[in-house]
Order: sequence, then C-alpha cells, then structure tokens
Amino acid sequence: MSAEVQESRKKGKESKQKKMAVRVDFTPMVDMNMLLITFFMLCTTLSKPQTMEISMPSNDKNITEEQQSKVKASQAITLLLAGSDKLYYYEGEPDYHDYTSLKETSYSADGLRSVLLKKNSAAVREVNELKKQKSDLRISEEEYVRKLAEIKGRKNTPTVIIKATDDSSYKNLIDALDEMQICNIGKYVITDIADADRFLMKNYDTKGDLTKDIVEQ
Amino acid sequence: MGRAKIKRKSTFIDMTAMSDVTVLLLTFFMLTSTFVKKEPVQVFTPASVSEIKIPETNILQILVDPQGKIFMSMDKQPDMKAVLEKMGEEYGVNFTPGQEKKFMTASTFGVSIRNMQKFLDLPAEQQDKLLKNEGIPCDSMDNQFKSWVRNARQVNPDLRIAIKADASTPYAVIKKVMNSLQDLRENRYNLITSLKGASDK
Repeated sequence: MSAEVQESRKKGKESKQKKMAVRVDFTPMVDMNMLLITFFMLCTTLSKPQTMEISMPSNDKNITEEQQSKVKASQAITLLLAGSDKLYYYEGEPDYHDYTSLKETSYSADGLRSVLLKKNSAAVREVNELKKQKSDLRISEEEYVRKLAEIKGRKNTPTVIIKATDDSSYKNLIDALDEMQICNIGKYVITDIADADRFLMKNYDTKGDLTKDIVEQ
Repeated sequence: MGRAKIKRKSTFIDMTAMSDVTVLLLTFFMLTSTFVKKEPVQVFTPASVSEIKIPETNILQILVDPQGKIFMSMDKQPDMKAVLEKMGEEYGVNFTPGQEKKFMTASTFGVSIRNMQKFLDLPAEQQDKLLKNEGIPCDSMDNQFKSWVRNARQVNPDLRIAIKADASTPYAVIKKVMNSLQDLRENRYNLITSLKGASDK
C-alpha cells in the first residue's frame, strides 16, 4: 500500500466530520530520484575543460621574418623544443661557430622557468605586487586586467620565440606556453623551425663537431 | 488465557525527508553538470595552469588523436546541417534529407567527404566502429579540413575554434592543423587543456 488514509475518531464526542490524516508513501519517489541521480552522475561531468587562448601571427611571411630579425637583434630568447622532452634555448643572435651559445634546459621549475623569471624579473615583481593589491581588494578586477596587460606589453620585457621540431610533442608546446603565463611574458610567438636552428642543435649534441665544416666553407 | 500481547508497531517510515534530500541533489546535478560528449577517440589533454573556462556555445572543436587523425564537432545542429550542405556543394556531393538528419544527430564527424554518403547510410553502431579509423584528410594535396573550417566560419561568424589534442601528439600534426588555420587567417583560437593539480606544479 503506497498511501493510506487513517481514520481517527475521538471518543465520546460524535463529530460529524471525520478527521483524516493523509500519509503518502514516498519510497517509490525516492527510488526514482536515486535512479535519476545515478544517471546524472554517470553521464555528465562537473568540470569544464580549461583553455589557453593563443593568437598566431598572420601568414604574411615577409612581415614575420622582418619582425623576427628585428626582435632577434634585441633581447629575445629562442626556445627550441626537441624530441624526447629536450629543450634548448639561446639568447639574441646565436653564434654558429661556438656551440656553447646554445644552452640546454628542462621543463621543470628550476629549468626554463628560472631562466625566464630572471630575464623578466622586473615585470614579475610588478605583477606580484599587483596580485597582492588585488587580493587586498585595493584595486578592482578591471583595473587589474588593464594593468596586467600594460606591464606585459612594455618595451623592455623579453620576447620569446618558440620553435618546435617535428619530434616534439603537443605536451611540450603546452608546457612551454604555460611557462609564458607563469613568467608573465606578454610577447611570445610560435614559428616554424629553421635549418639554422637544426644545425645548432646537432652541433650542440656533437659538442661542436660541425663548427669545423662552416669554417672550411 | 495469559498470552502476552505483542504490540504491533507500524513499520511505516516517513520518506518525505529522504525525498527532499534526493530532489535537492538531483537539482544540483542537473544545474551544474554538462553532458559528456561521445568522442570517437580517447584524448588525454595536457595539463596547464590556465584558468580560462571554455565558452559553452559557438564552439568548433577540433579533436586530434595521437596518430594525427582529425575529427570535428560543432554544438549547434542547424549550423552542422548548413555546413554539410556547403561542403556537399563544394565537393559535388548531394545529401538526402535522411542523411542530413543522421549527420546532425552525430556528435562528432570525421570522414572524408567522398565517403560521407556511404558512412551516413550505415547504422549507428557500425558508424562508431568505423569512425575510429577515419578522420578528416588534412594533407597539402587534399585539405578537406580547411574547407570544413572555412564553411563553418561562413555559416557562423561568431564561431570559436578550440583544439583538443592528446598530450603525446607529435608537433608535426599540430603544425599541420595550425598552418591550415593560419592559411584561413584564423589567428586566434583556443587550446583545450586540463587543470594542473597543485601537486605537479
């Protein structure tokens, strides 16, 4: 019986109206709800995926190459993402005769991150200050975003050029982009790897064996 | 006769409170969660510290599996139909209304346009099995991926492109996708990642 109606009659007094206590059994209702909850728990996700927004340079080759050489002359760091989680970088223009101009580092916290933090120390300090101000509720959210963009876009901040080889994985690229965000680097670009960069890596791996070849030419 | 009378107790338990609790829980799950989309290949996205959430609507998701197969999905069914019609025009394939309807109900697509008709005529279970081994061609010779993106952009100008790739995908594959997007002057897009836990920071 799922619902029952109980009759109660007060003794002695004969009331004309019968008092009814209505009790509805909720057990099937609970059963159904539990089933629905189970269904929702299994078929849905609570977490929404995160995203990283990137904007790539437009495809006009002449412009990008011109810009590349311009930033190269100034203070730029070029990251070379190689296969099997190897990571190399050089600052400014590399010296093709000297294999030590290319340095090897790693994706760990004391690898690439420390290099970039050192390069970008002024901006990092300011951003930390800004974050503190925001957490103390001294500045509004919009102001924080505006100031952050201003700090990241300053002229003296380093530019990072990310060049990935075909054997590097997607994870390597994301890790590198992640470091850009951690180190508050506003100007970074992903471009194709050039033959010169491949030469640099080979030269580094063979400890400068290939340097002789260019000297002879 | 001194038979002890056992007092019969009613076993009626009041389930009202329990019902209240379950309804509350149900409401919570219905409001906060989103349905899992069926994807033809399982993809483990790399972790990142980025905390930007992906917008819910107007998403063109590009799914890249470790072998470099490309699949796409869109969230609006009328858009999907319009895109399919445009693709059909471009490649000279005419789809019947039945095939279009099947295409709209599928969550992810990733078959060469030339095999699309044959694929759509198959029953759903066989489609799932086949889709794993297919993928949209994205070579320099036959870049259908580019056509899909271009047509999708024409149909819905507010579309946001999101790339969801497996962590172990070689960069060569990603480069192919990125270059195709770059050729179409799609310079801004999203990369889907999962949240990096505090432990591996």
